[in-house]
Amino acid sequence: MGLEQFKNRNVGTQNYKMLDLGETPKSGWCQFKQVVKRTFKGELIVGLWVTFREMINALFRGQMHTVKYPFEKLPISPRYRAIHDMLRLLESGHYRCIGCGLCEKICISNCITMDTRYDENQRKEVSEYTINFGRCIFCGYCAEVCPELAIVHGPRYENASEQRASFSLFEDMLTPIDKLNLQQEYDGFGAVSPNADDNIKPTPLAY
Amino acid sequence: METTLVENLPQVTWVGSLIKAVLILAVISAIAGFGTFIERKVLAFMQRRLGPMHVGPYGLLQLIADGIKLFTKEDIVPQNANKLIFMVAPAITAATAFVALSAVPVFPDFTIPEFIPLLGGIFVPSIASDLNIGILFVLGMMAAGLYGPLLAGMSQANKWGIIGAARTAIQFLSYEVVTGLSILAPIMLVGSLSFVDFNNAQSGGIGSWLIWQQPVAFVLFLIAGFAETNRTPFDLLEHEAEVVSGYATEYSGMRWGMFFIGEYANMITISIIAAIVFLGGYSEGGLGWLTIILKVGFFFFLMLWVRAAWPHVRPDQLMWLCWKVLMPIAVINVVITGIVMMV
Repeated sequence: MGLEQFKNRNVGTQNYKMLDLGETPKSGWCQFKQVVKRTFKGELIVGLWVTFREMINALFRGQMHTVKYPFEKLPISPRYRAIHDMLRLLESGHYRCIGCGLCEKICISNCITMDTRYDENQRKEVSEYTINFGRCIFCGYCAEVCPELAIVHGPRYENASEQRASFSLFEDMLTPIDKLNLQQEYDGFGAVSPNADDNIKPTPLAY
Repeated sequence: METTLVENLPQVTWVGSLIKAVLILAVISAIAGFGTFIERKVLAFMQRRLGPMHVGPYGLLQLIADGIKLFTKEDIVPQNANKLIFMVAPAITAATAFVALSAVPVFPDFTIPEFIPLLGGIFVPSIASDLNIGILFVLGMMAAGLYGPLLAGMSQANKWGIIGAARTAIQFLSYEVVTGLSILAPIMLVGSLSFVDFNNAQSGGIGSWLIWQQPVAFVLFLIAGFAETNRTPFDLLEHEAEVVSGYATEYSGMRWGMFFIGEYANMITISIIAAIVFLGGYSEGGLGWLTIILKVGFFFFLMLWVRAAWPHVRPDQLMWLCWKVLMPIAVINVVITGIVMMV
């Protein structure tokens, strides 16, 4: 699809589809004929039938639209961006975050705050990690930029709470160690694409 | 033609009439309240929703919750309103609706069993007062119900209210004419104004129903009945989008609830009249009471169905429809009926 239709600012020449409005009656006799035609055409009955059909569909064919929300929920997309999750490495159970600080840097609403230090093995560990959910706009940049797939967006969209701090600590977002086997990989921004293997090319030796 | 069967029945005492009146008031109020539940459910199903679901099984007790809300809500009288008329107007609507029901056969007659103290052996008639001009009385009472919305709208010092009242006046005045003229043709055929006579005249099975002889009058009466009960497509006196709530704008709590009950009682009355005058009434063997309930239920459902399906009309369209289309057709229908009867 080209961009022509967006570049054309002359609205009068665009391709509009006109509705068939019929003819406006000119004389009194034409008006009378229109009234009689509309009276016996049965359009009102058609309207009645449409609503009745919808009732039959809803009651007997399982096409009721209502979702009784707190009791049943619609499935959400795997790319849905709700409260963040911090994932763990599946093998060791250690958290994946390497403390690189990219998420803090890219966060456009400045809501991620982190502090890191070297532990006794001279490995970087995260000492402080909070997300201010009063400011987070759930843009998904942090998940996209994370090189380790450590910070991702989870499916927790019911984020009403008594205080904003309720789920903002690193420990709150981290997968509990006893539920490590239930940890789901994230398919959204920053995740490995499904055809990642095909995209890997051999390293060119010509360099 | 046999006029009535009253001679065969026990004597109707004033106690029996009183019991019947109380019975009508209690049962029709409850049915009217239940009608709101049915209306919400049917409208919801037609829009593929569930409707009220949480109070009781399938939302059946929603009626009680609404009743508690209506009864306990603060009764607000606006500052500049004419307070007496403002407070009396809802009672006019509710009272005329129930007075109209007093001349309509509502439930089958029965005799209170002997073992009940004080009231044992009293015969309770099917009509609270079996007037020989039943139809005229009912239509007149429903027309008098016009004063409820009219006075309510004019007394409440609110622009929406007064527009709603003006619309009420034009609508009721217009459609009284069509109601009267359309039902005149069946009255000519039967030769009586009594509901009992109508019922007896159509006792010969489905083939003897007056709808086959008077289909035009039936359609006209239905249209006019919709207008008289303020139902869609003619509910322009309380169009939310145009006049907020019309004559009921300033009302709250039980006074508003009385308008509501009056409207639903009128719906039931119109349904009963249509069922008795055009669809054969209640005497078809032993199951007459069941058939009349089914017929009335059908007309009630039709009102809800139409509300889900059809859009409103404008006030000028309403007047045009009434005076330029329906009334001439009604007059022609009466004339043709007269000619056919004479020939």
